[in-house]
Amino acid sequence: MTRSQQRVLGLAVSVAVVAVLMVWFGWIFPTNYNATDTRLVAQAFYIGIAAMGLNILTGYNGQVSIGHGAFFGVGAYTTALLMDHEYTFLGVTYGHVSFLGTLLPSAIVCFVVGALVGFPALRVKGLYLALVTLGLAVIFPDLATRFVKGTGGTSLVALKPYEVAPPTWFADHFPSLSAQDQWAYTMCFFFAIVGVLGVWMIARSRFGRSLIAVRDHEAAASSVGIDLARTKVLAFALSAMYAGIAGSLSVLVVFNASADKIEVFQNSIEFLVALVIGGTATVIGPIIGGFAVVYIDKWATDRFASKPVVSPAIFGITLIVLMYVLPDGAVGGARRLFAWARRTLRMRRPSTAAPATPVSP
Amino acid sequence: MALFFTQLLTGIQNGAVYASLAIALVLIFRTTGILNFAQGEMALFSTYILWKFTDAGLAVWLAIIVTMAISFVGGALIERVVIRPVERSSPLVIVIVTIGLFLALNSLAQFFFGSGQRALPSFWPHHIWRPGGVLISSDTLALVAVLAVECLLLYLLLQRTKLGLAFRGVSGNAESSRLLGVPVGRILMVGWGLAAAVGALAGAMAIPSKGLVPSSMQQILVFAFAAAAIGGFDSVVGAVVGGMIVGVADALTIEYVNALHGIDLIVPFGLILLVLLFRPAGLFGTTRVERV
Repeated sequence: MTRSQQRVLGLAVSVAVVAVLMVWFGWIFPTNYNATDTRLVAQAFYIGIAAMGLNILTGYNGQVSIGHGAFFGVGAYTTALLMDHEYTFLGVTYGHVSFLGTLLPSAIVCFVVGALVGFPALRVKGLYLALVTLGLAVIFPDLATRFVKGTGGTSLVALKPYEVAPPTWFADHFPSLSAQDQWAYTMCFFFAIVGVLGVWMIARSRFGRSLIAVRDHEAAASSVGIDLARTKVLAFALSAMYAGIAGSLSVLVVFNASADKIEVFQNSIEFLVALVIGGTATVIGPIIGGFAVVYIDKWATDRFASKPVVSPAIFGITLIVLMYVLPDGAVGGARRLFAWARRTLRMRRPSTAAPATPVSP
Repeated sequence: MALFFTQLLTGIQNGAVYASLAIALVLIFRTTGILNFAQGEMALFSTYILWKFTDAGLAVWLAIIVTMAISFVGGALIERVVIRPVERSSPLVIVIVTIGLFLALNSLAQFFFGSGQRALPSFWPHHIWRPGGVLISSDTLALVAVLAVECLLLYLLLQRTKLGLAFRGVSGNAESSRLLGVPVGRILMVGWGLAAAVGALAGAMAIPSKGLVPSSMQQILVFAFAAAAIGGFDSVVGAVVGGMIVGVADALTIEYVNALHGIDLIVPFGLILLVLLFRPAGLFGTTRVERV
């Protein structure tokens, strides 16, 4: 095979794989599996979306955040409050919005909040930044508890079944996807694809290249004309927007927005874990990581159902072991596997053009 | 004014605990360059062991010494078994490993010791003096005294012994120390062991007044992070000063700033931002110069 033939074959294989995945996850899976499974996978998708956001910031731009649970929460609250409450502002009454109608406000709010957090982050680097963002995750539940008035005076905003039901146009067009869990799943799936495409385009854009340049060497990046402040703040804002949309989607799956301290912290950790397990600075890694987090968690819970206190220990130990085996994540591992396979295959081929002298490493 | 001083003393009392755990963080950061998210849970585990000993009838001070010894060995083992394999990986991988450790230790503590509330006897008599309306608790005095002794011992260990010299050598430049024959691996284990022992002491200081539940150390860890960040991650003095600043600022905020009622956690993180704005490496931290 010539090189161009190889390339065409590779392209054909990738297109086929993507098509199969689309048909499976877009149609066969949600129509054939029950609500427990679709909710689990929907969860994997929205954790994946939040991890993609974290990937823009941490993977491509090198700014570690342990506080994305807060942005996730801001998104979830924006959506839940807009769907459930009614507000009168400047004489205009606004509220009881449909789910899709809340996404744009949620994205804008999170983008702005992210940018606001990004400004002080300009001065703070590395571990210190990780701590400041940890502060975000710790403070957010307190802020929400103080300022959000939800069901029964607590900060929990619970949604009624008719509010999270699929809109009629959707149920009319796709009658076999009209159950609530299928609607939630489809939304998560759809926005996961949008998210992947977004990251894919960002990574190849001028902005994406400058993100990577700033991560690898700030001084060098700035000396070739990259605006450090603009790049970093924008990375924060975009990243927060992704996490916020993930939070909005979570409302459809869990029917509420909550500010439980442990949950917000756990979310922040889960996004980071999903990112690292999947592979930092890769387009598809965070989604794989989302699945890994959800299913490792489920496995640990099911396996030790009689002793629920042990399952976090199993989860933690699995994490540590995974980091030993795959320090560069699933995508990195797969790349190494492919490289190894390619080397092995090449060695088997009759070596007509073998180099006369061994190349020094 | 009496109220002010009472709050100030409360702040100092809490600050002593934060400082102690922050010292543990600093010891690990100085040797291995790792921010140990599992530090609080390591201390939690140690405190449960301490509870087990006192529950079995051992004298409190003896139980503390035994627990610190066990924690030292445990910390050294964690470094050798869990951290060493990823020592040269990217910082993110190490963060994930310490988070895994955090989850595992917390859940194992519940598994071994149950998740109900445990009471820990105090190792000093409880008494409150009221000179001029100011409440002075014996707790405050005892905690400050323990912290002072702890710092003195650490100072002697780090500045006056051969082990301390090796320790400082490794934290300054591990490669050169290795060339000079310092057993770097063993020093790293000592660093983690020391941190675990200091953390155990922090747990023993904090718990008698608060009660022991599986989430006891998490808020304390957050404040200890703030303390270490304000002081600069590689300075023991910084950790103590940072702990006091965070403790006092928090106590005064709770008393005087009604607008922050319920969200007083903003204070430590606001302080971090404020300090880092002017001194990016903390108050006492070493500034690292980057060559281009």
